[in-house]
Amino acid sequence: MLKTVGVKSVDELFDQIPRELRLDRPLHLPPPLSEIELEAHLRDLASQNVGASGRVSFLGGGIYDHFVPAAVDAIAGRSEFYTAYTPYQAEASQGSLQAFFEYQTLICELTGMDVSNASLYEGASAMVEAVLMAMRVTQRRGKVVVLGSVHPEYRDTLTTYVRHLGCEIIVVPTPHGTADPSDVARQIDDRTAAVIVQHPNFFGCLESPREIFTVAKQRGALSISVFDPISLGVLRRPAEDGADIAVAEGQSLGIPLQYGGPYLGILACRQEFVRQMPGRLVGETVDRHGKRCFVLTLGTREQHIRRERATSNVCTNQGLLALRATVYLSLLGPRGLHEVAELSCQKSHYAAEQLAEVSGLELAFGGPFFKEFVVRSRGNAAEVARRARTAGFDIGPALNRFPALAVEFGSSANEWLLVAVTESRTKNQIDNLANALRK
Amino acid sequence: MRNRQATNLLFELSQLGRRAARYPACDVPARSLAEMLPTELLAEQSPDLPELTEPDVIRHFTNLSTLNMSVDTHFYPLGSCTMKYNPKRHERLASLPGLIDLHPYQDEASQQGMLAILFELQEMLGEIAGLPAVSLQPAAGAHGEMTALLTAAAYFQDRGEQRTKVLFPQSAHGTNPASAAIAGFECVQLKGRADGFVDLDELRDNLDDKTAVFMITNPNTLGLFERDIAKIAHLLHDVGGLVYIDGANMNAILGITRPGDFGGDMMHYNVHKTFTGPHGSGGPGAGPIAVRDFLANYLPGPIVSRTQSGGADRFQLTTPPKSIGRVRSQFGNVGILLRGYLYLRTLGADGLKAVSEQAVLNANYLRAKLADVLPVPHGERCMHEFVASAEKSKSERGITALDIAKRLLDFGYYAPTVYFPQIVQEALMIEPTETESQQTLDAFADTIRTILNESSEFLHNAPHDTPISRPDEVKAGRQLVLRWKR
Repeated sequence: MLKTVGVKSVDELFDQIPRELRLDRPLHLPPPLSEIELEAHLRDLASQNVGASGRVSFLGGGIYDHFVPAAVDAIAGRSEFYTAYTPYQAEASQGSLQAFFEYQTLICELTGMDVSNASLYEGASAMVEAVLMAMRVTQRRGKVVVLGSVHPEYRDTLTTYVRHLGCEIIVVPTPHGTADPSDVARQIDDRTAAVIVQHPNFFGCLESPREIFTVAKQRGALSISVFDPISLGVLRRPAEDGADIAVAEGQSLGIPLQYGGPYLGILACRQEFVRQMPGRLVGETVDRHGKRCFVLTLGTREQHIRRERATSNVCTNQGLLALRATVYLSLLGPRGLHEVAELSCQKSHYAAEQLAEVSGLELAFGGPFFKEFVVRSRGNAAEVARRARTAGFDIGPALNRFPALAVEFGSSANEWLLVAVTESRTKNQIDNLANALRK
Repeated sequence: MRNRQATNLLFELSQLGRRAARYPACDVPARSLAEMLPTELLAEQSPDLPELTEPDVIRHFTNLSTLNMSVDTHFYPLGSCTMKYNPKRHERLASLPGLIDLHPYQDEASQQGMLAILFELQEMLGEIAGLPAVSLQPAAGAHGEMTALLTAAAYFQDRGEQRTKVLFPQSAHGTNPASAAIAGFECVQLKGRADGFVDLDELRDNLDDKTAVFMITNPNTLGLFERDIAKIAHLLHDVGGLVYIDGANMNAILGITRPGDFGGDMMHYNVHKTFTGPHGSGGPGAGPIAVRDFLANYLPGPIVSRTQSGGADRFQLTTPPKSIGRVRSQFGNVGILLRGYLYLRTLGADGLKAVSEQAVLNANYLRAKLADVLPVPHGERCMHEFVASAEKSKSERGITALDIAKRLLDFGYYAPTVYFPQIVQEALMIEPTETESQQTLDAFADTIRTILNESSEFLHNAPHDTPISRPDEVKAGRQLVLRWKR
């Protein structure tokens, strides 16, 4: 090969890098490991963690231990999917393109919205992309109204992205777990680009999205719904609540916990905003022989063509996770989704009842909730979580983990703990958790 | 052999009453939904999802998968994307219990093994970059670019400096200006020299006390190392600006030179490119950033930090004191970061350097094999990729870069990146990577020669043997159909 290239050594190929810039020592990296050693090393490290297979998980806060059917792993494990890249060459990528077209359709059915993109990174950045989109649509950059019950990490992410725009972020307090729609309405004015409602919200409680979105519409602001995909097996869809843009963390749709990602950012909107959407879109067309096929479309919105005027800087998205969600929803169908939603709802209500009977514990908020609720411990919530762990259960997160909530709720955040219950939990596990906390 | 029935759309395959997933009966005392949830919030019916059995679903998606080309099935010389082989050990190990089933909000004591991995990865990425402070949070390269630019903005603001401009060469990836715009900067594009390198005079003329950052890919998008990079960095630093290295092309220089050593102040990695996170049909990626010490306090949290107590390491999640805040929820794309960690632990320092050596050798070999038919206008040799031009074949025979790209699909090769960067006419950006054999490269070069001897008319209609022929993209854009409807 060297002869063909016309050099004497591989080193000569690097002549274009000035000598003085070259690293004159080996990198300080740990020594290489064979596959056997690597596996032993990883197993050792993994054994120092305790995951959902080691403790019974009642953890929530936007990421849940919903069951992942084996068929999802089987399809996502097809390397024709996972070792391909962005389907720019449609003729050699119909598998991914059709799957993404199906994903877009499923998300539209799920949310009632007209169009969905082919995925974004995860929930928080998807919510921010929705806000930036609302600013472009409304030509308003002055103000964004967000409920205090929106995931604190999402709100933190929003602040990071829009701080430099001089945009005012109004956080409507939710001292009793939900916002009073009239408090929200008071904040929406003709400078407001968007109103953001998470429903069910970060505390698990149900908001009144329709009332809030009606006011937003009257005042020319866009309505952004942050939803839980599983909840749509029983709750009204964001479009019917009046949402202009619906966003979600899609982890519940067949994606493993894996310590924070990769997950799935879902973003869907009304048809009229399609040209302001961020991210990739797959469209249907025909080939030269008139055969139906699928291509990436409306690329003129995107960074590789529009550069600094693009609707977003997103390039690589979360294709494989969108595929997982597509397979998951295909396996569940309408009845499966309803059952997962209803089972989660039934079991969480049973759990709430059991935990409320434990002395020292009570439900923090009285209102209706879907699959997750906040318990208040007179004393320290972290201590309650610790006792649960000792007995083999994970509950939480404690709300004082989130700096924004510690500020907004003061010391009461120290007493609060989220508890989430999915379809995977059993009555036995719930009873045992309550018993463990009674001791 | 193709099963056309199974690849109808899910919604067309749907049959009322079919189902795959079944759930246990409710084992807690059941109540009516109306008792638990306000009736005015309830859906009238469950969303209209397709109804299928598990075999329906598996056959559908398995058949769909066979309509893709992928690294596991085909040579995929997609320039700038580093489509190298993804070792199977990564898939097995990243799925171990204790890693795949960790909830991001569980207590730190029960995730010490994971934090140890992520801490070590931070250290390794800092060392490879020559930039010590690392944030693993960004989800992809573009996300990393934006995060680093926000970090720089916070640094300048803290110093009371009003710096508003981000500069980049014309050949930059589109994400560079798009990220700069999102981070609130004014974008200044530099034309550069005819040979594709940065024009130092032009750069100098555009620098002033409003300059925040110069973003540059090095090796650049032509696959050439920017010889004047140290001078460029001096010019930036002289006016108080910073240099950002787009790490898309790191596969060329691992262990050979480091962004921090040639003047970069910040960079991102594409773990899905350089460190084998599989590309997943378009993601997930991971775009960790590495920055100089003086920028560390502004990075997004959480960062993994280590303390030693009683001789044992303890790992914690911490947020830097002047942090820009989060750029996403939770920790980051850990599944991809884990694969990067496994790759680095497999290779070690020598192995990693050998990766770049082989990648550069493979690219130069293929470049030389094709030089007479697809000449490369810039440079005598390349780094890990090269940008050839089909201008000669276009003017002599009417065969365009697109024709070649499409016809390659018929021969079982994914197409190179075409028409980028725009400074090369009829560009074909070819990146073979280190994991391809000489035999594959020879066969690919022979195929290109075969194609160039075919009739242009035949080629304009290529591909001929793929599941579909050329799609009507104009129709797709004009008559938008973005979802299936009854």
